[in-house]
Amino acid sequence: MNATAPFLSIAIWVPIFFGIVVLFVDDKNAKLARSLALVGALAGLLATVPVMTEFVAGTAKMQFVEKVLWVERFNMQYYLGVDGISMWFLPLTALITVIVVIAGWEVIEQRVGQYMGSFLILSGLMIGVFCALDGALFYVFFEATLIPMFIIIGVWGGQNRVYAALKFFLYTLMGSLLTLVAMIYLYTKSGGSWEILTWHTLPLPLEAQKLVFIAFLLAFAVKVPMWPVHTWLPDAHVEAPTGGSVVLAAIMLKLGAYGFLRFSLPIAPDASHALDGFMITLSLIAVVYIGLVALVQEDMKKLVAYSSIAHMGFVTLGFFMFSKIGMEGGIVQMISHGFISGAMFLCIGVLYDRMHSRKIADYGGVVNTMPRFAAFFVLFAMANSGLPATSGFVGEFMVILGAVKYNFWVAFLAATTLIFGAAYSLWMVKRTIFGDIANDHVRALTDINAREFSILAILAIAVIWMGVYPHPFTEVMHASVNELLAHVAQSKVGK
Amino acid sequence: MTDLQKLLIVIPFAPLVGAALAGLLGTKFLGNVFGRRMSHTITILGVAVSFALSLYVFVKGMYGADVNFTLYTWLVADGVKFQIGFLVDALTVMMMLVVTFVSLMVHVYTIGYMHEDEGYNRFFAYISLFTFAMLMLVMANNFTQLFFGWEAVGLVSYLLIGFWFKRPTATYANLKAFLVNRVGDFGFILGIGLVLAYFGSMDYVTVFKAAPGLATKTIEIMPGTAWSLMSVTCICLFIGAMGKSAQFPLHVWLPDSMEGPTPISALIHAATMVTAGIFMVARMSPLFELSNTALSFVLVIGAITALFMGFLGIVQNDIKRVVAYSTLSQLGYMTVALGASAYSVAVFHLMTHAFFKALLFLGAGSVIMGMHHNQDMRYMGNLKKYMPITWITSLIGSLALIGTPFFAGFYSKDSIIEAAHFSSIPGSTFAYYAVLAGVFVTAFYSFRMYFLVFHGKERFDDFHKDHPHDAHDDHAEHHSLAKGDKPHESPWVVWLPLVLLAIPSVVVGYLTIGPMLHGDFFGSAIYVAREHTAMKETTTMFMQHGKEMGMAMHGFMTLPFFLALAGVVTAYVFYMVKPEIPAAIKAKFQSIHTLLDNKYYLDRFNEIVFAGGARLLGSGLWKRGDVAVIDGLIVNGSAKTVGWFASVVRYLQTGYVYHYAFAMILGMFVLLTFFGLRK
Repeated sequence: MNATAPFLSIAIWVPIFFGIVVLFVDDKNAKLARSLALVGALAGLLATVPVMTEFVAGTAKMQFVEKVLWVERFNMQYYLGVDGISMWFLPLTALITVIVVIAGWEVIEQRVGQYMGSFLILSGLMIGVFCALDGALFYVFFEATLIPMFIIIGVWGGQNRVYAALKFFLYTLMGSLLTLVAMIYLYTKSGGSWEILTWHTLPLPLEAQKLVFIAFLLAFAVKVPMWPVHTWLPDAHVEAPTGGSVVLAAIMLKLGAYGFLRFSLPIAPDASHALDGFMITLSLIAVVYIGLVALVQEDMKKLVAYSSIAHMGFVTLGFFMFSKIGMEGGIVQMISHGFISGAMFLCIGVLYDRMHSRKIADYGGVVNTMPRFAAFFVLFAMANSGLPATSGFVGEFMVILGAVKYNFWVAFLAATTLIFGAAYSLWMVKRTIFGDIANDHVRALTDINAREFSILAILAIAVIWMGVYPHPFTEVMHASVNELLAHVAQSKVGK
Repeated sequence: MTDLQKLLIVIPFAPLVGAALAGLLGTKFLGNVFGRRMSHTITILGVAVSFALSLYVFVKGMYGADVNFTLYTWLVADGVKFQIGFLVDALTVMMMLVVTFVSLMVHVYTIGYMHEDEGYNRFFAYISLFTFAMLMLVMANNFTQLFFGWEAVGLVSYLLIGFWFKRPTATYANLKAFLVNRVGDFGFILGIGLVLAYFGSMDYVTVFKAAPGLATKTIEIMPGTAWSLMSVTCICLFIGAMGKSAQFPLHVWLPDSMEGPTPISALIHAATMVTAGIFMVARMSPLFELSNTALSFVLVIGAITALFMGFLGIVQNDIKRVVAYSTLSQLGYMTVALGASAYSVAVFHLMTHAFFKALLFLGAGSVIMGMHHNQDMRYMGNLKKYMPITWITSLIGSLALIGTPFFAGFYSKDSIIEAAHFSSIPGSTFAYYAVLAGVFVTAFYSFRMYFLVFHGKERFDDFHKDHPHDAHDDHAEHHSLAKGDKPHESPWVVWLPLVLLAIPSVVVGYLTIGPMLHGDFFGSAIYVAREHTAMKETTTMFMQHGKEMGMAMHGFMTLPFFLALAGVVTAYVFYMVKPEIPAAIKAKFQSIHTLLDNKYYLDRFNEIVFAGGARLLGSGLWKRGDVAVIDGLIVNGSAKTVGWFASVVRYLQTGYVYHYAFAMILGMFVLLTFFGLRK
C-alpha cells in the first residue's frame, strides 16, 4: 500500500494550521502575514505532491486510507481516502490557494492576516471534502467551507457584499439541510454506519432511493450550480474579492459535482437512472439558456460567472449519460474549469485593481497599454471557448463525443456551446481588449507586474499542458470511473 | 522511430519553433530580445526547412499509405485511443508542398509589405504558427488531430484578421470569422462524434476500412425515421467544410477577412486555410463515396457558391474584395468537383488555385503598397507604367484564373467543368451550368480589375478631388498617394515572390495533370466508387484529345474558352472603350445592383436574425427568467414570504393574558370537537 505517512491528513491540516496562525497576525505585521501565508500555501501544495506521485493508477480502491474513531457514540469516523475521481482535486485546490495568496499580495491592505488565513483554512476544508469517506465528516467539511467564504465575501467584498454573502450562505445552507436528513436515514438504514462506501452497497427500494437522490440533489445542484438554482453565483462572484471568485469558481463549485459522483450515483443508482432525463435536461438548459444569458452581460464578472454555470452544465451532462467517455469528460472539465475560470477571474481582477470597474463598456483597447496582459486574456478567453490544445477543449470534446452516442439531439444542443462559448468570450475580448484606446483611464493603465505575470503564467502553462497532453490526467481516472459505472449499472432495489 | 519519421516530425515543428521564438522573444511579452532581423530570419528559416524537407520527401518518393505513425497518445477514453500522429501519402505530400511553398513566399514578401508596421515581429510569429497548424491539419492520421489543426488555423486566422486591432472593422471581422467558423465546427464535431459512435475509432485507416460495412446502416435521428448513417455523418462533416472553405451560406466571413494584412489574405484566405475543407472532404472520400445524398448536397452548395459569389465580384471597388469574391467562387468550383466524385480534380484545382490566387493577392498587395494603402480601384489606372513586374505577374495570375489554355488554371478548371458534365449525381446539371456561366463571370470581374488597375487613365488625383477634407489631414498620406505623387515598383522581397509564384501559375497544370488526374499519383489516398464514373470519363476525354498538349489545343475551341474570351472582351469594352456603359447599366438595373452591393442582404439577415436574435433571447432569459422569476419570485419571494409571515405572526404575541386565554379556550374547543367527531 502506498500510505507510508498520513499524507491526506497532512494535506488537510497543514494549510489549516498555517491559516489559524496567520489569522492572529494583525495589520501592523501585514508583511509577515503575507509571507507566512505564502509559506503555508506552498507547504500545502508540497503536501499534495506525494498524493500525486505515490498514487497507484489502475485500481479503483481507496488509497492513502486513514481511519480513526472520531465520535464513538454515533460511530462517526475520521475516515479519509482518495481514488482516481478525487485525486486531482487535492493538488488543484492547493495550487489555486497558492495563486490566490499571491494574487492578494498587494491588493489586500486591510485585515491581511484574516484574509490570507481564511483562504488557507478554506483550502484545507475543501481538501477535506474531497478526502472524506465518512458521511458525517464529509458533511462537516462541506458545511464548514461556507464559513470562510461567507466571511471573505462579506468582509472584503464589493458594495453589495452583505446581500451577496447572505444569499450565498442561505442558498447553499438551505440546499444542504436535507442532505443531513438523508444521511441520518442512511445511517439508520445501514445499521449505524456513516461510511460512504457502506452506503454504496446498501440496498434501497426505488422510492427511497429517489428521496435520497433528491435530498442530495438539492445540496449539490445549488453548489454546482445547476439551473434553476444558480442565481446566487453571479451575485456572489460580482461582490466577492478576486481571490474569493477564483476559489469559488475553481474549487467550490466542484464540491457539488464531486458529490454526485461520491453520493448520488452510487448510493441511489436506480434513482439516478430513473431521473437521468431530468438531470440531462437541466444540464442542457445550463448550456443553452445560460450561454445566451452570458452573451448579454455587461459586467465582466457576471459574464464569467454565467459562463461557469454553462461549463458546469457540461460536467453534470457528462455524469448522467453513464458512459466512460462522458463521465471522464465531466471530471476533466471540472479540473480544466478550475484552471480557466480561476484565470479569467484573475484577469478581471487585474483590470479591476487598476480601473475599479467591471463594466465592459468602461474598457476598450486595453491591448494598447497592457500588451502582455492582453496576450494572457486572449489565451484564457480562447480556452474558455474550448479551443483545442487548451484544457477547455478536452472535457467538452469528450462530453460531446459521448453525447452523440447517447442521443444525437443531446449532442446537438450541447455542441451549441462551440458557438455560444466563443460568442460571449470573444465578444467580451473584442470590447475590452481590442480597439483603439477608449478613454483616458485605459490610456493610463500599466501592464501587469512580475507578480501578476507569474500567476497568470502558471495557469497558462497548466491550461496548455492539459490541452496538449491530457493523458496523465485521465489515466488515473479509468479504474475508478469504470468501477463507478459498473456499480451504477447494477440495481440496488431487489438485493 | 525511423529516420523518415523523425524527418517528417521536423516538418510541422520547425515553423512552430520559429513562431514560439519570435512570438515570445520578439514581442513585448518577454521583452523584445529579438530585433526585426532576428525575428524574420528565424521564422523564415523554420518554414524554409519545412519546405526543403517536404520537397525532399516528395522527390525521393518517401510517402504513401504506409507512412502512417503515431507521435503520442493524447488521451484514452473508453478504450478508444485519441492520438497525435501522421499519415503522409500522396494527398498529404501535395498539400505539404503547397502550404510550405506559399508560406515561404508569403514570409519573404512580408519583409517588404509589413516593413513599416510596429507589429512586424508578431506578424511573423503568427504566420509561422499558422504554417505549423496547417501542416498538422494536413498531416493528421486521425480525426482528433484534424480537428486540432482545424481549430488552430481558425485561431491564427482570427488573430491575423484582427492584426490591426485598433480598427473597429478588423475586430468586427475577426469575431465574425471565428463565430461563423464555429457554426461550421458545430456540424463538424457532430460528424466526428458520429464517426466515433459508430466506427469506434478516430483513426482514418480503421474508419475507412469499416466504412463499406456501414454503408447501408440507418440511424433514427427523429423517432420513427431511418436516416442513412453515412449521409448524416458526411453532411455533418461537410458543414465543417462549409465554414472553413466559405461555402454558401457560411461564406459571409471571408470577404470581411480582407481586413487583415494582405500577406495573410494570400496565405490563409486564398491559398491554404480556406482549402482545408476541400482537403478534408477529399481525405474523407471513402466515406463520401458511400452517400449520394451527401455528394448531391456538396455539389449543389458548391455550384451556388461558384456562381453567385462570382456575381458579387463584379460590383466591388476594393481590389482585395474582388480577389476575395473570386476566391469564394473558385472554392465553389472545387466543391463542385468534390460533389462530382472528382476528388483529385478538386485538390488539383486547390493546388493551381493556391499558386495563382496567392499571386493575385500578393500582386494586389504590391499595388496597394504602390498606392500607399489606397485599395479603391477607381483611383488607380495605368499602373503598368510604374509597376511593370507587378503588372506582368498579375496578368499571368489573371490569365491563369480565367482558364486560358496552357495556364495552370485552365487544366484544373476545365477538368472541373468536364467532371460536372459527366456526373450523374442529382443536381449535376445545375452545377454544370453554374460552373459554365461562372467562367464568363470570372473572366469579366478579373479583367475589370485588371483594366481598372493597370490600364487606362491615371486616376490617382481623383482621390483628392473626391475627398477634399482628407487632403489637409496629415493622416491621409497613409491611405493614398500624396497629391501629384506617382506609384513605384515594390522592393525585391515583394516582387521576387510574385515571380516565383507566377512560374507555377503557368506551368504546374501542364506538368502535373497527367499523373495527378489521369495517372495513379494519388493511389489509394483517394477512393472513388465504381458507379461514380465522372472521373473515368474525364480521363477518357483527356486521352482522346491527346493528353496535356491536345487538351489545351482543344481548349481553344470549346465553350468555356469562348465564354472567358467574351468576359475579357466585355470587360475591355466596359472599362476601356466605353466607360459610360457600366454606369448606364447600373442606373437601369438599380435594384439588381443594390442587391449585389448588399451581398444579397445575407450579412444584414445574419446580423438581425442570428446576432440580434441571440442577444434578444439572452436578455429576455436573463431579465425575465433569472432576474424576475427565479430571483424575484422564488428566491427573494420566499425571503419576503418569511418576512411577511413573521410580521403577521407577530400580532399574535400581544402580551395580553386574556388574548392568550381566549386562544387556549378556542383551541380546546377545536380539539374537543375534532376528537368528539372522530368517535
